[in-house]
Amino acid sequence: MKLPLAVVPLALAAALALAACGGEADSAVEQGSARPGEKPAYGDTFIESLTGNISGLIPNVLSDSASFEIGSMLYSGLITRDKDLNIIGELAESWTFSQDCLDLTFNLRRNVRWHDGRPFTAADVVFTYETMIHPKTPTAYREDFKAVAEVAAPDPYTLRVRYKQPYAKALQSWGLWMLPRHLLESYVREGRLREAPQNRSNPVGTGAYRFGEWKPGEKVVLVANPDYFEGRPHLGRVVYRIIPSQATIFLELKAKGVDAAGLTALQFKRQTEYPAFRKAYHKYEYPANAYTYLGFNLKDPRFADRRVRQAIAHAINKRELIDGVLLGLGREATGPYKPGTWAHNPDVPTYPYDMAKARALLAAAGWTETNADGVLVRNDQPFTFELLTNQGNDERKKVAEIVQASLKELGIQVDIRVIEWASLLKEYIKKRRFEAIILGWGIGLDPDQYEIWHSSKTGPDELNHISYANPEVDALLEQGRTSCRQAERKKFYDRLQTILAEDQPIVFLYFRDALPVVSSRVRGIVPAPSGIRYNFNEWYVPTHLQRYTAG
Amino acid sequence: MLRYALRRLLLAVPLLIGITFVSFIVIHLAPGTPGEVQTGDLSIQSDRDVQKLLMELYDLDKPLHVQYAKWLTRLVRFDFGRSFSPDARPVLQKIGERLPITLLLNVVEMLIIIALAVPIGVLSATRQYSMFDKVTTVFVFVGFATPDFWLALLLMILFGVQLGWLPISGLRSLNWEYLSFWRQQGDFASHLVLPIIVATFGGLAGFSRYMRQSMLEVIRQDYVQSARAKGLAERVVIGKHALRNAMLPIVTVLGLSLPGLIGGSVIVESIFAIPGMGQLMVQAVFERDYPVIMGNLVIVATLTLGANLLADVTYGLVDPRIRVGARRGRR
Repeated sequence: MKLPLAVVPLALAAALALAACGGEADSAVEQGSARPGEKPAYGDTFIESLTGNISGLIPNVLSDSASFEIGSMLYSGLITRDKDLNIIGELAESWTFSQDCLDLTFNLRRNVRWHDGRPFTAADVVFTYETMIHPKTPTAYREDFKAVAEVAAPDPYTLRVRYKQPYAKALQSWGLWMLPRHLLESYVREGRLREAPQNRSNPVGTGAYRFGEWKPGEKVVLVANPDYFEGRPHLGRVVYRIIPSQATIFLELKAKGVDAAGLTALQFKRQTEYPAFRKAYHKYEYPANAYTYLGFNLKDPRFADRRVRQAIAHAINKRELIDGVLLGLGREATGPYKPGTWAHNPDVPTYPYDMAKARALLAAAGWTETNADGVLVRNDQPFTFELLTNQGNDERKKVAEIVQASLKELGIQVDIRVIEWASLLKEYIKKRRFEAIILGWGIGLDPDQYEIWHSSKTGPDELNHISYANPEVDALLEQGRTSCRQAERKKFYDRLQTILAEDQPIVFLYFRDALPVVSSRVRGIVPAPSGIRYNFNEWYVPTHLQRYTAG
Repeated sequence: MLRYALRRLLLAVPLLIGITFVSFIVIHLAPGTPGEVQTGDLSIQSDRDVQKLLMELYDLDKPLHVQYAKWLTRLVRFDFGRSFSPDARPVLQKIGERLPITLLLNVVEMLIIIALAVPIGVLSATRQYSMFDKVTTVFVFVGFATPDFWLALLLMILFGVQLGWLPISGLRSLNWEYLSFWRQQGDFASHLVLPIIVATFGGLAGFSRYMRQSMLEVIRQDYVQSARAKGLAERVVIGKHALRNAMLPIVTVLGLSLPGLIGGSVIVESIFAIPGMGQLMVQAVFERDYPVIMGNLVIVATLTLGANLLADVTYGLVDPRIRVGARRGRR
């Protein structure tokens, strides 16, 4: 699963969050993994469920998570991520960076063929690059290629990329789905790539699966590519059934109509613990690529005081929050990076639940008196604020209620307002008409979060809507995104996390767990920091357990 | 009669244009653009570039009347345009692949409703306040008040999960391609059982009430009394004399529900994962896919106007008084 998006709002991220980090799926680890000495069998059909219709078959010009998922089966990039989210070669065998991070050279694999039999060469990579920067290609990934000065293919298996300035996401950006020049060139030139027949049927990629059929609104069928350059995948067919209702997916799961689905915490803990279900499915859990936070409008003089924010952080019992809202299926967040990934810094100041400390911090900030209702007062102004969150997300509503109760104990009165998503965004967030919010951020695979924390990104349409401004953070973000060396970047991001933890511009609450279940007849699943899907091509069903023999 | 129908037909053209014009304005007034929807709400710079590109691509940067004129000139040539959704497929193709299943579901549902509602209505009217009347009244109100999705889930749990008699969702089993012809039909039909039950259950309530009401009014009329006085059998009195008149209002209601046949039920389609018109339309609205919305609207509006016309004409056929009135008016 490739996720070239740097930063995506949580609304999207919830669906995108597939890559993640090692879990405690104790029994599943051994049950779902390959049996020692067993030879992986070929065949059977794996049935997935999607809640949304896919919008096309050329993911480079699409934007929905379902299309990305299917696109990643059909196409491949030059690089991909391994189980620990490290970058490894896919269509590229190896690569080298020049000392100044400006020149990137890829050596491509030689045995790769497109699904129609034509060889894959560097010319296709150049074409994909040209497609992405073509002014008439409607793609959200152009940003990644704006830093490129020149792309050249000196021979069919070498690709040279020159950057205008060092760009941290240079390597990652080549994980983009590669497109075949011989089929799509004329459509790109005319700016009609979306209208190409390959976007509707018979897409041609280099991926592990070939296109079978797409019945809009009903299903997408993929079949194993016998000529896949890393060897034919074991599961013979993958069928994505499109089922818009989560409730229906859950029932289909119970009736064995689908082989895999993501569960809610309640379903995971309470509704699937009976023996028949445990026998039919293996459950997995690992932190999703998204965290929930309590954000402040830092233009509000009360929240501009760091001690107030720290006091609030001390007053919220994160463990209790996770237990109450997610039935314990989540991990405390200390910063904007997921525990277990290379950018995460475990040694940052934390805010254990401590009411006395919280009171002391508020007192230091001048909040000492209380009125008759027990609410803190300063200069005759009671400490009350409005906490906004979006409608339709029960989880966030519950978080808001727990925060409200915790802060009441501290002498702060919180009024909760739940507002419909579009108007929350347009009327309150973008116009900065809020005091505090409960929202979430989806995080990308690269640690660059310039768009969220940099002080230049506080415009109405930009993402730093809490108006955070810290010169040192600005400098670190700038340095972090212009280096191509992970070790060097880690230093910048470690320091960034320390500052964010001290500053608490937002209270980082938790990373929710992704809770997938997979049919127990499927073997070869090994949970890792990146989740379970990274080795999908090695999943198999032993011959005697295969359910779908036809085809 | 023919001239009357023709005149109505001609009048329908400006009416249709008026409807599309107002609809066109209204859907463009809704906040959000296709570009914004496709790139997400909170957007970074590159997304805004894409949004601008899409606005130009779709002519959305032009004034509204120019857009409408362009759309209308294409429509006259029966070109409904291409969808704004990233698959960029022709609107007619998208509607065409969704229409048959919705039509099938709705027609079957409508036939079942009529087949059940007419006898239920007649029986409860002729036996007003009897046990049968009371039981059906309760049943019908329960049906009216039961939320579709809830009933659907209950039926799915019972017949799909617990008993395993019927498939839960979708239209075909996964091994459909490998079944014999008759088994394919059986498989397809078994997938339709639950959606049709759910859709029928709600619709039955309204229709049988209409029928009962209409019948009650008719059987109080003098001519029914006379028919009885002539010594006709009760079966003939009700079945031939009363029923025919009681059907009149039902024909109107039926006529008006014709356009509804192509608009799918969003809830039933979503919960049973049926790729029909309802899902297409809702998705189009969420995506601000104006060509698909407008295409659908044109078809529904045309059908509504047609159905109105049809209902008026049928009136004449069913009720001689109207036919005579029209003839007299022409003189």
